[in-house]
Amino acid sequence: MTHFFFTLTLVLYCCATAAYLFCLFRTSALLNTWASRLLALGCTAHVLSTIHLATKLKHLPLTNMQESLSFFSMSLMAGFIFFERRYKVTTLGSFVTPAALMMFIASATLHSEARQLPPILQSNWFWVHALLAFISYAAFAIACGVAIMYLIQRRYLKTRHFSGLFLKLPSLETLDDISYRSLSVGFPLLTIAIISGSIWSEKAMGSYWIWDPKQTWSLITWMIYAALLHGRLVIGWRGKRAAILSITGFIVLLITFFGMKHGVSW
Amino acid sequence: MNIIVVGLSHKSAAVEIREKVAFSPNQIEKPLKELVALEGIIEGVIVSTCNRVEIYATTRDIAGGIARVKRFMADYHHLAMESLENHLYSFHSESAIRHVFRVASSLDSMVIGEPQILGQIKTSYGYAAEYKSSGVILNRFLHKAFSVAKRVRTETKIASSAVSVAFAAVELAKKILGDLSDKTVMLIGAGEMCELAAKHFLNSGAKGVMVTNRTFERAERLADEFGGEAVRFEELFEHLHRADIVLSSTGAPHCIIGPKDVEEVIRRRRFKPVFFIDIAVPRDIDSRVDDVDNAYLFTVDDLQEIVQANLAQRNLEAEKAEEIISQEIGQFFKWLSTLEVTPAIVALRNRFDEIRKGELEKTISGWKDLPPDAEKRLESLTLALMNKLLHAPTKVLKQAGQGGRVDLYVDALRQLFELEALQRDDEELELEE
Repeated sequence: MTHFFFTLTLVLYCCATAAYLFCLFRTSALLNTWASRLLALGCTAHVLSTIHLATKLKHLPLTNMQESLSFFSMSLMAGFIFFERRYKVTTLGSFVTPAALMMFIASATLHSEARQLPPILQSNWFWVHALLAFISYAAFAIACGVAIMYLIQRRYLKTRHFSGLFLKLPSLETLDDISYRSLSVGFPLLTIAIISGSIWSEKAMGSYWIWDPKQTWSLITWMIYAALLHGRLVIGWRGKRAAILSITGFIVLLITFFGMKHGVSW
Repeated sequence: MNIIVVGLSHKSAAVEIREKVAFSPNQIEKPLKELVALEGIIEGVIVSTCNRVEIYATTRDIAGGIARVKRFMADYHHLAMESLENHLYSFHSESAIRHVFRVASSLDSMVIGEPQILGQIKTSYGYAAEYKSSGVILNRFLHKAFSVAKRVRTETKIASSAVSVAFAAVELAKKILGDLSDKTVMLIGAGEMCELAAKHFLNSGAKGVMVTNRTFERAERLADEFGGEAVRFEELFEHLHRADIVLSSTGAPHCIIGPKDVEEVIRRRRFKPVFFIDIAVPRDIDSRVDDVDNAYLFTVDDLQEIVQANLAQRNLEAEKAEEIISQEIGQFFKWLSTLEVTPAIVALRNRFDEIRKGELEKTISGWKDLPPDAEKRLESLTLALMNKLLHAPTKVLKQAGQGGRVDLYVDALRQLFELEALQRDDEELELEE
């Protein structure tokens, strides 16, 4: 059953990604609609797959890299769908879906043995922390995607390149809007994720903050996004500087997620 | 029945000739009535714009019809045929249909994709309908032309990109600032292009206009015209931060806005982007302003490049449009052909029925001791016979309508069965539709 949902998700995601990439080269309302539909179907299959897995495991599937990657890609696709409905930015899909698809495929290639849930993870704080962290990652990923699109569009404008992708990318204002919105979602979630993470750390390891690589780098990530949002709200930071900071923040986030280990292992 | 087109356009005649042949819209009734009174001309529509004068008509005699319409154009405007002849073009049947579809879709216009021609043809058609110079065929034809034009406009990008500097400015602003409805425009100086661009921005929903000029009275006048606010030139930098879009066109010999000014403006606007268009020569705005983050500076040259690129793209889209038109011509031409078929079938049937009734009458009246139901039986016998005999020719005629061999068959039918000249009745056609 898991296998069925998984294959279904994979196929639908592949079709949707192909469709979104096609959208870059062809203008067709029909193509846009179908890309959107395929993605919605794929995401639904993914959600069902995750729920199914959760019921099988009797806990949220967030305990190892394989499960995390799958969850990350699912939140990313879902986050994109939300922004696409709101802002009609099909072109963002061409940036987001390939990334999420690769994550999903990577998750599939890893494998984990079925095992009992280790005691260290048997705390509700862990689930809150992990869940919110991943949703915030998805939001930051989208902010990063829009930031890249922003820089590309800005470059086109400055170099007077008025054809091709330029016509498809949304206005700088729209990109800026989406960026602000996704940061406003991601940052609070990250904050709560870090806090709940340290509460879990206390329960599991005896201290709220142990300065392990994961926690340290999470803090660095948090500070970058704090600076970004602060700059935006207080000074009104926009444009090239803000976009670069958003991309930097996401790179640091990826380093935190992939590169850094928790102080303890399970 | 054939459709013919006679006329001239900016492609075949200079404006001096075109203006001599133009028909005035307030006096269109007389020429329309004279047109359809011409021998052989049954329906007529006159289209007269600054770039073309064309007459669409229906006739059975193509060569004669075209010649008479040409003469009509010359005579009505009291021109010598020789002076006009070289500039006139004519089309008939399928090429006439193609020409009108192309013209309505703006493929024959000076700027491909321009929106006015369709409205102009619709107005001309309105007059023809009002004065009843157009009939079933031209009505259907022009309605079809309008729907083809609409198809071309929606299915190709022939009309979707800006081909004037002012429109290009608006499109570019939208790409930077997004929705224009809460944005403010500032006009520095004055000038045709500046004002035109400002008008376009207002039409696209811009919220407000500020006008400034070295001469305050001029600024006031312009501000009145746009329903905006006049600003004293000395106070320019106090108000500049309020503008999202700045159009500059002063006669100043040096730059009036530099990068430091713009950095300050951007800061005051909390980094909201500003769109500058510098129309002046020599330029009003230092080109280094473009390097300021969140400031976007364009000159008229940049906008012209956009326009050129869009024009080139329109030419590509025009190819797609031609394909759509080819598809539609086929369909319409088929319909036109079948117009001949129905009256032919009806006339044949009527002739057969006449004969049938005549013979039946003769037989029954000369028959003594006719059995009671004999009359009914004879009636159904003769009817069945007639229908079976007519079945094949009817089928073949209908198919001929679709293959385009109609005139041949209808003529042959007329001669073989000595039918009267098949006068097509307009009412019959209405029923068929």
